Order: sequence, then structure tokens, then C-alpha cells
Amino acid sequence: MSGELLNLSCVELRDKIASGQVSSVEATKAIFSAIDRNEPYIGAYISTFKEQALEKAKEVDEKIASGKAVGPLGGVPIAIKDVLCTTFGATTCASKILENFHAPYNATVVQKLLDADAVIVGKTNLDEFAMGSSTENSGLKQTVNPWDTTRVPGGSSGGSASAVAARMCFAALGSDTGGSIRQPASFCGVVGLKPTYGRVSRYGLVAYGSSLDQIGPLTKTVGDTALMLNIIAGHDSNDSTSVDESIAPLADYTAELEKPIEGLKIGVVRKLNSGADEPIKKAIDEAIGVYKNLGTEIVEIEMPHFDYAIASYYMVATAEASSNLARYDGVHYGHRTAEPRDYIEVYSKSRQEAFGKEVQRRIMLGTYALSSGYYDAYYLKALKVRNLIRGDFVKAYEKCDCIVMPISPTTAFKIGEKIADPLTMYLSDIYTIAANLAGVPAISIPCGFDGDELPVGLQILGPNFTESKLLRIARMFESKTNYHKRFPELVTS
Amino acid sequence: MTENTQKISRADVEKVAKLARLQPSEAEVEEFTRQLGAILEYVEKMNELDTEGVEPLAHCLPVSNVFRDDEVKESLGTDKTLANAPQRDGDFFRVPKILDDSNA
Repeated sequence: MSGELLNLSCVELRDKIASGQVSSVEATKAIFSAIDRNEPYIGAYISTFKEQALEKAKEVDEKIASGKAVGPLGGVPIAIKDVLCTTFGATTCASKILENFHAPYNATVVQKLLDADAVIVGKTNLDEFAMGSSTENSGLKQTVNPWDTTRVPGGSSGGSASAVAARMCFAALGSDTGGSIRQPASFCGVVGLKPTYGRVSRYGLVAYGSSLDQIGPLTKTVGDTALMLNIIAGHDSNDSTSVDESIAPLADYTAELEKPIEGLKIGVVRKLNSGADEPIKKAIDEAIGVYKNLGTEIVEIEMPHFDYAIASYYMVATAEASSNLARYDGVHYGHRTAEPRDYIEVYSKSRQEAFGKEVQRRIMLGTYALSSGYYDAYYLKALKVRNLIRGDFVKAYEKCDCIVMPISPTTAFKIGEKIADPLTMYLSDIYTIAANLAGVPAISIPCGFDGDELPVGLQILGPNFTESKLLRIARMFESKTNYHKRFPELVTS
Repeated sequence: MTENTQKISRADVEKVAKLARLQPSEAEVEEFTRQLGAILEYVEKMNELDTEGVEPLAHCLPVSNVFRDDEVKESLGTDKTLANAPQRDGDFFRVPKILDDSNA
């Protein structure tokens, strides 16, 4: 029973709770016993809130019992990436510099989850300040991939992805600056959506690259992603980059999910796909075949500047990071060095002691790109290249409704395999980064397994603010395949 | 990877570290010089593209300044603001002396 309960989608669980077939307390207890069993070797969570979660679950159960209305996530246990501010527990960003930081307010998305009657079970591990592609850069702990515990879960939302895959929550929130939701979703065999930049408020998301960061869900199904997006999307006066709903209207993303898109045209970039490993190419080709069988027209498109996305991204993102992370000064909050000789050491020694290597590397790279004499050659050039990349998307979408490509050139790699060489790690982001530079929405859905039984993700990218359509396109594939129904066999279940 | 790609020198790395308020050790400066050099060499791939006349894109949505009405609203308040201070002195953040007595 417990196993079946844990395999339910958010939508299924919510409906069972609402109809009294299962209580939220039961579901929450099942999640915490799954955490007790599996967390010791998966390492997905930085903190958990058992008491508070059970209290919330009880509250939802009582509301239902007394016939009161409950929110759209009524009683469903959810996890959140520990880069989102919460008034409960610490908000660490997996960094020693924030290890004991307690945020004075809830991120808008966290408040929205609570208002939707979600039960928040814990905060998940990540690459420190969301900088990384494997979660190995966490300053606090290691997370492994539930499909093969010798492999990385992907990153930076590796804790969220592995918690969903290991069924230690029913869904999770992540953040995506260069693929940090989609790539771990793909490595762990779950669904992950990066919404259009501006669709979801970033208020209370600890900033990394502010013009690229976006919050989104990691779930077991496309339907759950639609449900989560319904809850978190929308303008917020606390985030002036969240888009006015009169310009980009919201939709009920669940409403027409089951309705296929008629006359769908999918764009494929042949040259790009050939850069991926054989089993991935095969899975993507098969996925394209599934769409063809549904009457979809496949259009060959070109993205001539795609190859330059990594170069542009690692200048833009690090420049923004160097500015954003200047706030960690050892004065206002966070780690302060024990015995500074002077006030300069309060800054520099505190930062040196508590920032991990990758964070330091990116701060230095960004500082260099912005420094006098190099600004034009690196930062400004990168912004111009960024515009060319956005132009590629604008042109492509004249010919097709969406673009399909891999998420990553490989499936989940071994722990330690790429960590020694930062550039090699950066190059693995080739397929995900362009969406952030252009702002467009992109989703990863399970589309197969390689010879080692590791999940492969299919990436679908759409034009700005077309999440409704994007989710329907993803659902067309999901409804014809069973990859999303497979879960990793856990050591203890 | 070659030892030194010459894209960035040790002295550059030391200068950048100082600007970024970091204090890397000798060995770390060495490591950063090599790694940042390799990354910058890769980044220069961008020079293959002619960007003459291309507008820089800092932000992917057409946003302009957003103003709100000038209304008095509740703020965090002193206690919440100071709750995470590494060192607090009453209603103040405590830091080491900034001005030398001799300059006073």
C-alpha cells in the first residue's frame, strides 16, 4: 500500500485526499518513512520539517472533514530547493556562508504553495548558490542519483530531482539559470519545467544570475507540472521583472492538457542532435517518431548561434553572480571570520573561508569580465551574442511551434568524473543554456533509458509565454509512452 | 590542457581576487590562473562572430523602470533585520574599527 501511495501523482493524491480515500497525515507519514529509509544514502535533503508538516497535514484533513474548501495542492507533500527563502528552518543555498541563515520572509512561491495547502516536507540540496551541473558543488552534503548511487543526480536542483525520483516527496520546486531544473530532471527520470523568464516571481529566490534565474517545478508527470505552474505563476509587485498579466495573460495550465495540438509543427536541429551520445540520439529519434505517428510535421531548422551559447552564458551569468554575491560581506548576515585583523578582512577572509571553489571561480570570472579593459571584449560581446541567440529562436519559431532536442549530451555521469575540470563540466550544459539566454520556456520529459538503465530526457522549447501549448505538446508524448511510469528500485523500499 | 594559456596572468588573478574581496592561497591562485585561462580561451570563441551593429541584450524581456505608488508600508523592523547579524550591538551591526585613530 505504502509503495502504491508513494507512486501517486500530485493530482491523484490530492483527489484521493479530497475524497477521503487517503488522509494527508497518512501521505505525509508515508513520505517521512520513505525519507527515513532512503535519505541516509540518497542525501537529497538539507533539512526536513516533520513536525510542522504533520501539523499542516492534520489541518488540511480537518478542513476536509468539516467540509471546508482546501487549496489546489490540498495536503500534498512537497519539497523545495534550499535556495528559496523560508521563515521556517534555515535557508542555506548549500553554502557554508549561509549555513545558519534564517530568512525573515517566505519567497513568493513558498507562500503560494502554503496558501495552496501544500505540505512542505523539507528543503533540498543543490550546487552551492545553484552553481553547477552535478550537485557535487554543495558545500554541505552529497546527493546521489537514485537510479545508480555511484552517479550524480545532475544539478543544480539535484536534491529536488532525486527526492522526486526516490519518492521522498510528491513534487518539488527548483530553479533554473542554465539548465538547473531540466538537466537533473532528465538525469533522474522526472519532468522539469523552466517557465518563461518573468512568468514566476523570483522574490525570495536567492539570486545567482538575475536575468537568467527562473523557478519551476520538478514532478512525476506533465499534469503535475501544469498543476504546480498554476499555483506559482503570476505577477508579483515584489519582483518588478515578473510580467504584468495584461501583457502575458495567465492560463489554467491544466485545462486543455489532454487536448492534442492539431497541425503541430516540431522543429529539429539535426546538426545539434548529432553531438549527443548514441543512446540519447536514438531516444530523441524515437521520440520524434512518436510525434510523427501523431501526425506532427517535423521541420528542419537551423540555430546558427547555438554553438556560442556556453561562451556567452559563462560571461553573462558570472558577471551577474559577481555582483549578486557581493552582498555576502560578513557584516549583515552569514559567516564572519573569527578574528579579522581589520574591516577589509571581515569581507575577504569571511568570503574566502565560506565560499566553495566553484563559487569563487565564478565570482572571479565575472569580476574579470566586468573589469576595466575587459568589459567590451567579454561582457559586452557576450550580451551581443546573447541577442543573436535570441534571434535564432525568433526565426525558428516562424517555422515551427516548438523545438525538440536533447537535454544533455550524456546520461547521469559518475560522481567525480567531471568535477576536476570546470570547463568540461560547463560544456555539458550545451543544450540547456540557450533557453535561459533567450528567456524562452523549456521542459524536460522522460523519453527513454540507455544501456545502463539510466533515464534520458527529451527537451521541448517553446516561444515566450506559451507554457499552455508546451505542456500540451509534452503531454501528447507522455500519453503515448510509459517512461514516466518507471521508478528507480531503491535499496530499501 | 596547456599549463598557461596566457589569457590571464597570475597578477591578473591576484588583482581580480582583491577586487572580489577573496583571499586565495598561493596554490589557489595558481589553480585559478590555469582554470580561468582555459575558460577565457574557450569564451573567445565568440570572436568568430561578427557582432557589428548588434545590440547588447542584458534582459530578454522588454522591461522599463517599474514604479509603485509612494505609500507608507510596513517594513521588516530592527529586530528582524538584525536577527542574522554575525555581531550585533543594540540596534547596530558591529564591525571592526574602520578609521584609524591617527586619521581622526
